[in-house]
Amino acid sequence: MSSRRSRSGQTGSSRITDDQIADLVSKLQQLIPEIRNRRSDKVSASKVLQETCNYIRSLHREVDDLSDRLSELLASTDTDSAQAAIIRSLLM
Amino acid sequence: MNPQNLSLNPTSIRSKFTKTFLRALTRINNRRPPISPSREIYQRYRRVKIAADASMASAVGSRRTWSRAILWKIRNQRRYRALVSRRISTHAMTKRDPRENYGREVGHGSADELRRIVPGGEAMDFCSLLGETAHYIKCLNTQVQVMRSIADLYST
Repeated sequence: MSSRRSRSGQTGSSRITDDQIADLVSKLQQLIPEIRNRRSDKVSASKVLQETCNYIRSLHREVDDLSDRLSELLASTDTDSAQAAIIRSLLM
Repeated sequence: MNPQNLSLNPTSIRSKFTKTFLRALTRINNRRPPISPSREIYQRYRRVKIAADASMASAVGSRRTWSRAILWKIRNQRRYRALVSRRISTHAMTKRDPRENYGREVGHGSADELRRIVPGGEAMDFCSLLGETAHYIKCLNTQVQVMRSIADLYST
Protein backbone atom coordinates (compact mmCIF):
# COMPACT_ATOMS: atom_id res chain seq x y z
CA MET A 1 0.00 0.00 0.00
CA SER A 2 1.56 3.28 -1.01
CA SER A 3 2.08 5.69 1.78
CA ARG A 4 0.04 8.83 1.67
CA ARG A 5 1.75 10.55 4.52
CA SER A 6 3.05 13.44 2.46
CA ARG A 7 -0.39 14.60 1.44
CA SER A 8 -1.95 17.13 3.74
CA GLY A 9 -5.44 16.43 4.94
CA GLN A 10 -8.70 18.14 4.08
CA THR A 11 -8.66 19.78 7.46
CA GLY A 12 -5.40 21.41 6.54
CA SER A 13 -3.64 19.80 9.48
CA SER A 14 -0.40 18.08 8.74
CA ARG A 15 0.31 14.53 9.70
CA ILE A 16 -1.22 13.25 12.88
CA THR A 17 1.63 12.43 15.18
CA ASP A 18 1.85 9.47 17.46
CA ASP A 19 2.26 11.97 20.27
CA GLN A 20 -1.11 13.50 19.55
CA ILE A 21 -2.75 10.13 19.61
CA ALA A 22 -0.91 9.13 22.77
CA ASP A 23 -2.09 12.36 24.37
CA LEU A 24 -5.71 11.74 23.44
CA VAL A 25 -5.50 8.16 24.64
CA SER A 26 -4.09 9.22 27.99
CA LYS A 27 -6.91 11.74 28.38
CA LEU A 28 -9.37 8.92 27.81
CA GLN A 29 -7.50 6.81 30.28
CA GLN A 30 -8.16 9.37 33.00
CA LEU A 31 -11.89 9.05 32.52
CA ILE A 32 -12.11 5.30 32.97
CA PRO A 33 -12.27 4.21 36.61
CA GLU A 34 -10.95 0.73 35.83
CA ILE A 35 -7.68 2.01 34.51
CA ARG A 36 -7.34 5.25 36.37
CA ASN A 37 -7.09 3.49 39.70
CA ARG A 38 -4.29 1.26 38.55
CA ARG A 39 -1.98 4.19 38.06
CA SER A 40 0.12 2.28 35.61
CA ASP A 41 1.74 3.96 32.67
CA LYS A 42 2.04 0.65 30.96
CA VAL A 43 -1.56 0.35 29.88
CA SER A 44 -1.51 -0.21 26.17
CA ALA A 45 -3.59 1.96 23.91
CA SER A 46 -5.66 -0.93 22.67
CA LYS A 47 -6.41 -1.88 26.26
CA VAL A 48 -7.59 1.67 26.88
CA LEU A 49 -9.91 1.46 23.87
CA GLN A 50 -11.24 -1.86 25.01
CA GLU A 51 -11.91 -0.64 28.53
CA THR A 52 -13.50 2.48 27.07
CA CYS A 53 -15.98 0.36 25.15
CA ASN A 54 -16.76 -1.66 28.25
CA TYR A 55 -17.20 1.46 30.32
CA ILE A 56 -19.53 3.14 27.85
CA ARG A 57 -21.59 -0.01 27.64
CA SER A 58 -21.88 -0.15 31.41
CA LEU A 59 -22.98 3.48 31.44
CA HIS A 60 -25.63 2.65 28.84
CA ARG A 61 -26.85 -0.16 31.06
CA GLU A 62 -27.07 2.21 34.01
CA VAL A 63 -29.14 4.63 31.94
CA ASP A 64 -31.42 1.74 31.03
CA ASP A 65 -31.84 0.65 34.64
CA LEU A 66 -32.45 4.20 35.80
CA SER A 67 -35.00 4.75 33.03
CA ASP A 68 -36.78 1.61 34.14
CA ARG A 69 -36.76 2.72 37.75
CA LEU A 70 -37.92 6.22 36.86
CA SER A 71 -40.78 4.97 34.71
CA GLU A 72 -42.07 2.94 37.63
CA LEU A 73 -41.65 5.81 40.06
CA LEU A 74 -43.46 8.18 37.73
CA ALA A 75 -46.60 6.16 38.01
CA SER A 76 -46.65 6.17 41.75
CA THR A 77 -45.36 9.58 42.74
CA ASP A 78 -46.97 12.92 43.04
CA THR A 79 -44.55 14.43 40.60
CA ASP A 80 -45.46 18.07 40.92
CA SER A 81 -44.37 18.55 44.47
CA ALA A 82 -41.43 16.21 44.03
CA GLN A 83 -40.26 18.17 41.02
CA ALA A 84 -40.18 21.42 42.90
CA ALA A 85 -37.97 19.78 45.50
CA ILE A 86 -35.75 18.28 42.84
CA ILE A 87 -35.24 21.52 41.04
CA ARG A 88 -34.38 23.24 44.25
CA SER A 89 -31.82 20.72 45.31
CA LEU A 90 -30.21 19.97 41.98
CA LEU A 91 -29.93 23.44 40.60
CA MET A 92 -29.40 25.69 43.54
CA MET B 1 -27.48 16.44 48.14
CA ASN B 2 -23.84 16.10 47.37
CA PRO B 3 -22.58 19.65 46.95
CA GLN B 4 -19.93 18.79 44.43
CA ASN B 5 -22.61 17.60 42.07
CA LEU B 6 -24.41 20.89 42.14
CA SER B 7 -23.82 23.26 39.36
CA LEU B 8 -24.18 26.94 40.00
CA ASN B 9 -23.98 27.83 36.37
CA PRO B 10 -27.54 27.98 35.03
CA THR B 11 -26.40 27.46 31.48
CA SER B 12 -24.25 24.43 32.23
CA ILE B 13 -24.92 21.16 30.53
CA ARG B 14 -25.98 19.59 33.79
CA SER B 15 -28.60 22.28 34.44
CA LYS B 16 -29.93 22.25 30.93
CA PHE B 17 -30.19 18.51 30.97
CA THR B 18 -31.97 18.47 34.32
CA LYS B 19 -34.57 21.01 33.28
CA THR B 20 -35.26 19.47 29.90
CA PHE B 21 -35.44 15.97 31.29
CA LEU B 22 -37.78 16.92 34.12
CA ARG B 23 -40.11 18.61 31.66
CA ALA B 24 -40.10 15.49 29.52
CA LEU B 25 -40.88 13.33 32.53
CA THR B 26 -43.90 15.48 33.30
CA ARG B 27 -45.12 15.10 29.72
CA ILE B 28 -44.62 11.35 29.84
CA ASN B 29 -46.44 11.14 33.12
CA ASN B 30 -49.42 13.07 31.84
CA ARG B 31 -49.95 10.71 28.98
CA ARG B 32 -52.24 8.47 30.99
CA PRO B 33 -54.14 6.23 28.60
CA PRO B 34 -57.72 5.27 29.53
CA ILE B 35 -56.69 1.63 29.90
CA SER B 36 -53.24 0.50 31.03
CA PRO B 37 -52.14 -2.69 29.35
CA SER B 38 -48.82 -4.22 30.30
CA ARG B 39 -47.36 -2.82 27.10
CA GLU B 40 -47.76 0.61 28.58
CA ILE B 41 -45.04 -0.12 31.12
CA TYR B 42 -42.55 -0.94 28.41
CA GLN B 43 -43.64 2.09 26.38
CA ARG B 44 -43.10 4.34 29.33
CA TYR B 45 -39.63 2.96 29.97
CA ARG B 46 -38.78 3.52 26.29
CA ARG B 47 -40.03 7.09 26.43
CA VAL B 48 -38.06 7.87 29.56
CA LYS B 49 -34.89 6.46 28.05
CA ILE B 50 -35.33 8.36 24.80
CA ALA B 51 -36.13 11.52 26.75
CA ALA B 52 -32.95 11.12 28.78
CA ASP B 53 -30.75 10.70 25.71
CA ALA B 54 -32.50 13.47 23.82
CA SER B 55 -32.32 15.86 26.77
CA MET B 56 -28.59 15.33 27.12
CA ALA B 57 -28.01 15.67 23.39
CA SER B 58 -29.96 18.89 23.22
CA ALA B 59 -28.22 20.26 26.32
CA VAL B 60 -24.93 19.79 24.49
CA GLY B 61 -26.42 21.10 21.29
CA SER B 62 -25.01 20.82 17.83
CA ARG B 63 -21.40 21.54 18.71
CA ARG B 64 -20.53 17.88 19.08
CA THR B 65 -20.78 15.18 16.46
CA TRP B 66 -22.17 12.65 18.91
CA SER B 67 -24.97 14.91 20.11
CA ARG B 68 -25.89 15.83 16.56
CA ALA B 69 -26.03 12.15 15.68
CA ILE B 70 -28.39 11.38 18.56
CA LEU B 71 -30.70 14.28 17.76
CA TRP B 72 -30.77 13.37 14.11
CA LYS B 73 -31.45 9.75 14.87
CA ILE B 74 -34.34 10.56 17.18
CA ARG B 75 -35.92 13.00 14.77
CA ASN B 76 -35.60 10.69 11.82
CA GLN B 77 -36.29 7.25 13.22
CA ARG B 78 -37.53 5.68 10.03
CA ARG B 79 -34.96 7.26 7.74
CA TYR B 80 -32.23 6.39 10.25
CA ARG B 81 -33.01 2.70 10.17
CA ALA B 82 -32.89 2.64 6.37
CA LEU B 83 -29.62 4.57 6.39
CA VAL B 84 -27.96 2.28 8.91
CA SER B 85 -28.68 -0.82 6.90
CA ARG B 86 -27.41 0.87 3.76
CA ARG B 87 -24.34 2.15 5.57
CA ILE B 88 -23.41 -1.26 6.86
CA SER B 89 -23.29 -2.69 3.33
CA THR B 90 -21.38 0.20 1.73
CA HIS B 91 -19.03 0.77 4.63
CA ALA B 92 -17.49 -2.63 4.16
CA MET B 93 -16.58 -1.74 0.59
CA THR B 94 -15.25 1.73 1.27
CA LYS B 95 -11.52 1.98 1.41
CA ARG B 96 -10.47 3.72 4.56
CA ASP B 97 -8.15 6.68 4.17
CA PRO B 98 -4.64 5.41 5.00
CA ARG B 99 -4.11 8.41 7.24
CA GLU B 100 -6.62 6.85 9.55
CA ASN B 101 -4.19 4.06 10.14
CA TYR B 102 -2.12 6.28 12.34
CA GLY B 103 -1.94 4.53 15.62
CA ARG B 104 -1.74 1.23 13.83
CA GLU B 105 -0.49 -0.25 17.04
CA VAL B 106 -3.68 0.84 18.74
CA GLY B 107 -5.61 -2.10 17.44
CA HIS B 108 -8.22 -1.57 14.77
CA GLY B 109 -10.60 -4.03 16.29
CA SER B 110 -11.38 -1.92 19.32
CA ALA B 111 -11.44 1.30 17.30
CA ASP B 112 -14.15 -0.19 15.11
CA GLU B 113 -16.09 -1.26 18.15
CA LEU B 114 -15.76 2.21 19.64
CA ARG B 115 -17.09 3.67 16.40
CA ARG B 116 -20.21 1.61 16.77
CA ILE B 117 -20.76 2.58 20.37
CA VAL B 118 -20.19 6.33 20.14
CA PRO B 119 -23.01 8.04 18.25
CA GLY B 120 -21.83 9.29 14.90
CA GLY B 121 -18.57 7.43 15.31
CA GLU B 122 -18.52 5.81 11.90
CA ALA B 123 -17.79 9.01 10.05
CA MET B 124 -15.00 10.36 12.22
CA ASP B 125 -11.29 10.15 11.83
CA PHE B 126 -9.45 8.44 14.63
CA CYS B 127 -8.35 11.56 16.50
CA SER B 128 -11.82 13.09 16.44
CA LEU B 129 -13.21 9.79 17.62
CA LEU B 130 -11.00 9.87 20.70
CA GLY B 131 -11.96 13.45 21.53
CA GLU B 132 -15.67 12.84 21.00
CA THR B 133 -15.48 9.71 23.13
CA ALA B 134 -13.99 11.64 26.05
CA HIS B 135 -16.73 14.25 25.88
CA TYR B 136 -19.41 11.62 25.44
CA ILE B 137 -18.23 9.78 28.56
CA LYS B 138 -18.28 12.95 30.64
CA CYS B 139 -21.83 13.72 29.55
CA LEU B 140 -22.99 10.16 30.13
CA ASN B 141 -21.64 10.40 33.67
CA THR B 142 -23.58 13.62 34.23
CA GLN B 143 -26.69 12.00 32.80
CA VAL B 144 -26.40 9.01 35.12
CA GLN B 145 -25.75 11.17 38.19
CA VAL B 146 -28.74 13.43 37.56
CA MET B 147 -31.06 10.53 36.74
CA ARG B 148 -29.99 8.78 39.91
CA SER B 149 -30.59 11.91 41.98
CA ILE B 150 -34.05 12.32 40.50
CA ALA B 151 -34.90 8.68 41.14
CA ASP B 152 -33.69 8.95 44.72
CA LEU B 153 -35.73 12.08 45.28
CA TYR B 154 -38.84 10.51 43.77
CA SER B 155 -38.35 7.56 46.07
CA THR B 156 -38.55 9.49 49.30
